[in-house]
Amino acid sequence: MRILAIEASGPVAGCALWEDGTLTAEYSVQYKKKHSQSLVPMLSEMSGMVDLELSSIDFIAVTKGPGSFTGLRIGAATVKGLGLALNKPVLPVPTVDSLACNLYGTDRLICPLMDARRQQVYTGIYENRDGLKVLRPQCVVALAEIVKELNTLGREVIFVGDGVPVSEKALAETMEVPYLLAPAHLNRQRAASTAVRAAQLYEECGEAALVSADDFRPEYLRVPQAERERGDKRNYKVFV
Amino acid sequence: MDKDITILAIESSCDETAASVVVNGRDVLSNVISSQIDIHTLYGGVVPEIASRKHTERINQVVKKGLSEAGKTLQDMDAIAVTYGPGLVGPLLIGVSEAKALSFATGIPLIGVHHIEGHISANYIANKDLEPPFACLVVSGGHTHLVLVKDYGEYEILGRTQDDAAGEAFDKVAREIGLGYPGGPKIDKVSKEGNPAAIDFPRGKVAGSRYDFSFSGMKSSVLNYLNTCKMKNIEISVPDVAASFQQAVVDVLVSHAMWAVEEFHLTKFALAGGVASNTALRAAMEKACAERGVEFFCPPPILCTDNAAMIGSAAYYEYIKGVRSGLDLNAKPGLRLGER
Repeated sequence: MRILAIEASGPVAGCALWEDGTLTAEYSVQYKKKHSQSLVPMLSEMSGMVDLELSSIDFIAVTKGPGSFTGLRIGAATVKGLGLALNKPVLPVPTVDSLACNLYGTDRLICPLMDARRQQVYTGIYENRDGLKVLRPQCVVALAEIVKELNTLGREVIFVGDGVPVSEKALAETMEVPYLLAPAHLNRQRAASTAVRAAQLYEECGEAALVSADDFRPEYLRVPQAERERGDKRNYKVFV
Repeated sequence: MDKDITILAIESSCDETAASVVVNGRDVLSNVISSQIDIHTLYGGVVPEIASRKHTERINQVVKKGLSEAGKTLQDMDAIAVTYGPGLVGPLLIGVSEAKALSFATGIPLIGVHHIEGHISANYIANKDLEPPFACLVVSGGHTHLVLVKDYGEYEILGRTQDDAAGEAFDKVAREIGLGYPGGPKIDKVSKEGNPAAIDFPRGKVAGSRYDFSFSGMKSSVLNYLNTCKMKNIEISVPDVAASFQQAVVDVLVSHAMWAVEEFHLTKFALAGGVASNTALRAAMEKACAERGVEFFCPPPILCTDNAAMIGSAAYYEYIKGVRSGLDLNAKPGLRLGER
């Protein structure tokens, strides 16, 4: 099986090629946010480097969200164009699950944190001792809420993600259980992790894990601001 | 050229997701437009985030329909063209990302197209014999440009709006007099029952710059008029306000256009853009051209609104000049005409 994975949901633009359990290639760039310019040239360079026959891939894996709205859409439209041209399906991977897959073989809990602005984080709680277990599915909440839940669980934690640097001070002040911060090679979105997670999901769910490129759409976990404010006008109680 | 050049074009610069297949820049095999207007009407204007989400949901279906209605496959294409500016950055990125992925996966050359160049080129589709040089007034919800088209792909901007676009002014006035969004078509319709000479709104001028436009002062004078009537308890005639404002805008557009025609001794003049569908503007411009013995061109409404056929036409003239875009093509919301 051959999986082409695409990452554009956060600060990293990336792509990877996974072939029957081998990570043949990975290209990852975290440099300003110019995914719109860099992603397709990266794909092109990586494919050329490993003589990839694009028509030979089985499906395209992509982080479906949450993440930067614009980044998610650059990833989505790229994947949709590839899917249309190659007639291949898409395997959407939850972004926070993919981040959790950066770590493996630990008894500690894994808590990815992505900066969601407005004093919130995209997060979730996972175990990945010998296979990913989702204890709390990806969500958008205040940092305090996820810290409270981790304190209640009472187990040691590893934090990963671009939300860690901005939350470091608050974590030091509020975390009651011991925790670690993942180092640079493990703490950002990686297309390789997305590919690995996609392979797992395909093994578990088969074709049910796939969607057509035409129907694939990002999962933002948030409605657009205009829609939220319009909701406010109609019903003041809802979003106070 | 002995071989036909077939181009798939994609447009997503505002709230229309569109795809088209065009042969040799003039023959439109398909022109698929998926409009989001119903959604944005709820907000009284285009919401960029919502537009971007809708483009993402619809882009593949629109591109596929564009190909199937043309009876073509992706492999039949000589180039893939896409609007990369100007426009709303979020919406632009969807078309650009899709087009780049299609180009990368198939090896078919990519051509980034300027949106205004597309609007001007709509005239090539509607009038098979039209060739430069001519002057073109591009008027839409986002743009007001008076352009000298010297040759294919060669432009000189004579004037542009210093504030609101003409269509934007229509939208704002329409909102104030309770007509709602989109303002252009609604003002056009209700004006037919009004007296265009009822209220003498000022004709906007830009000091020291003959060909530039200013519509925000004209819009403000309508608001002042409405406020004054309200304070004095004078009943407002919506058709009269609409017709008088429309007349003021039309007068400004026509006078600027005819100055250009006279100064540059042009024999051909063309309209383009969404506001080119305005019936009063079309009629006034046609009359002014006829009086001067100038040939008048105006695309049908389906080619005036944002569409991809016009992008396919503009792309053809870039293609035969050898212009190609790299896979690093980016959306440029502030792209200027003639810039690449």
